Amino acid sequence: MTTDSNEQTLLKGLADNDRKAIETIYRAHYSMVQTLVINNSGTSDDARDIFQEAIIVLYEKAKSGSFELHAQLKTYIYAVCRRLWLKKLAVYKRFSGDLANASETIATEDDLEMYEHRTEDFELMEQALQHLGEPCKELLESYYIRKKNMSEIAKEFGYTNADNAKNQKYKCLMRLKKIFFGHYNNNNNL
Amino acid sequence: MDERLILESIERYIRGEMLPEERKFFEELRKSNPGIDQMVVEHTVFLHLMEKYGDRKNIRSSLQGVHNELFETGQIKQTRETKVLRLWLKYRKVVAVAASIAGITALAISSITSYYTPRTPNTQLQDLNRKYSMLVQGQKSINERLNNKIAVKTTVETEIKGGTGFMIDPKGYIVTNAHVIGNSTVVIVQNNKGQEFSTRIVYINAAADLAFLKIVDSSFKAPAVLPYAINKGNIELGEAIFTLGYPRDEIVYGEGYLSAKTGYRGDSLTCQIAVAANPGNSGGPVLDKNGEVIGVLSNRQEHVQGAVFAIRSKNIFIALDDMKKDSSLISKTDSSLTSIHLPQTSTVKNLDRVQQIKKIQEFIYLVKSY
Repeated sequence: MTTDSNEQTLLKGLADNDRKAIETIYRAHYSMVQTLVINNSGTSDDARDIFQEAIIVLYEKAKSGSFELHAQLKTYIYAVCRRLWLKKLAVYKRFSGDLANASETIATEDDLEMYEHRTEDFELMEQALQHLGEPCKELLESYYIRKKNMSEIAKEFGYTNADNAKNQKYKCLMRLKKIFFGHYNNNNNL
Repeated sequence: MDERLILESIERYIRGEMLPEERKFFEELRKSNPGIDQMVVEHTVFLHLMEKYGDRKNIRSSLQGVHNELFETGQIKQTRETKVLRLWLKYRKVVAVAASIAGITALAISSITSYYTPRTPNTQLQDLNRKYSMLVQGQKSINERLNNKIAVKTTVETEIKGGTGFMIDPKGYIVTNAHVIGNSTVVIVQNNKGQEFSTRIVYINAAADLAFLKIVDSSFKAPAVLPYAINKGNIELGEAIFTLGYPRDEIVYGEGYLSAKTGYRGDSLTCQIAVAANPGNSGGPVLDKNGEVIGVLSNRQEHVQGAVFAIRSKNIFIALDDMKKDSSLISKTDSSLTSIHLPQTSTVKNLDRVQQIKKIQEFIYLVKSY
């Protein structure tokens, strides 16, 4: 079975971080995941975390251009959440064995492996930025993530002109790269 | 070209912002200069990771936003957890064995310690009732002017004790600390509007340090219900609490948290709270955020900052039961004693603090015992 056109539109919306699309997915599938987690020794906070992680898996998959799930959205989300929750339970040491009323439906290992890899990168970047401290962190996030231009940033951070701001940004960027690649290359060598 | 300009060019190149000729020139440079080529590769990876980092941050915040909105508008409902039940089913045998071992050990240790510990007088505890002696002169003249029937006879030498009390039954029953009453025979309470009511001392339980009064005054109008509840169950460490009391003639609000589940020297009747309390706060209610009374503020440790103790509210239930069993009391006084019902539901649960206080304050009384 392949994804129907409705679900494909939904995935495209998700890839664009469209609030409507996220809401639709949330409304349609959250209860199912909540039931799964809570029936298997989880709390409602666990349910929220697991569901959101699954949507991020889906988001990153959709963003990389693959809108074909080879399964219904519901089945896919269910399978991803089931895997994620089993993993969490193993970490919590609360549980061993299989989940109640939740058998494996479709294979999702590849997607989850990709997700974990990206999570590592994400956490590395997060730590590096944290380590960098303010105002560098804010400055770089303004430019690279919120995509503000240098003259806006100069005004916001109180630099006399865009050139000064650029200079500061350059210094911050070099520091960040040094911290980040220091860990990144280390990690990838292991 | 300095390093910064090179990096800026690389960024523009990666983003495809260069004009065709510039781009051609740059690609030539890249081919001829391996250093620059290396920088381009590295920076491409970096920008890509940065981009992914930003994407994930954004999607996370969108998800959380949607989650909160759907929960607040009730479009998604929370299911109750079964965790406790499951854990209980799984571990109940272990729990039973552990509990009995713990119980026996605790009993043994506590009996040994209580046997060997010499009784220490509570000298380090300071009761938080206030002495009115110095105020009496002023009080007397006011009383005279108001032509009040009671308290005019008081002389300057008489010590008047003051504290706080709060209503526990709409019929006019008030609870306060036994040490606020002491050996006094005449007790007058005053509400936040300044109205005074004469009361009768119904029952004093010195061991629990609780006293029950009943308003016997024709001007008293019984309210329909009390806005707060008296908590019977457990309290949690760190729970936010607030107090209302009369360290002066005006009602005073205080805020703090539950700092220990037991009181002075491990006394299990009481608990420790961190809140500013002064003489006069004694007998005042300690309420949690839902407007449930969890304790009766009683005393503080001298020379120790922030160690204030409150009698756990379940002791009100216990003292009340003791009182009801005391048949001599009932025959001597009136039969409404047996029908005291402590309020079980708080009607101020979801209100903000200012509204809660507005509803609650009229049931908190300044207690003056002569």
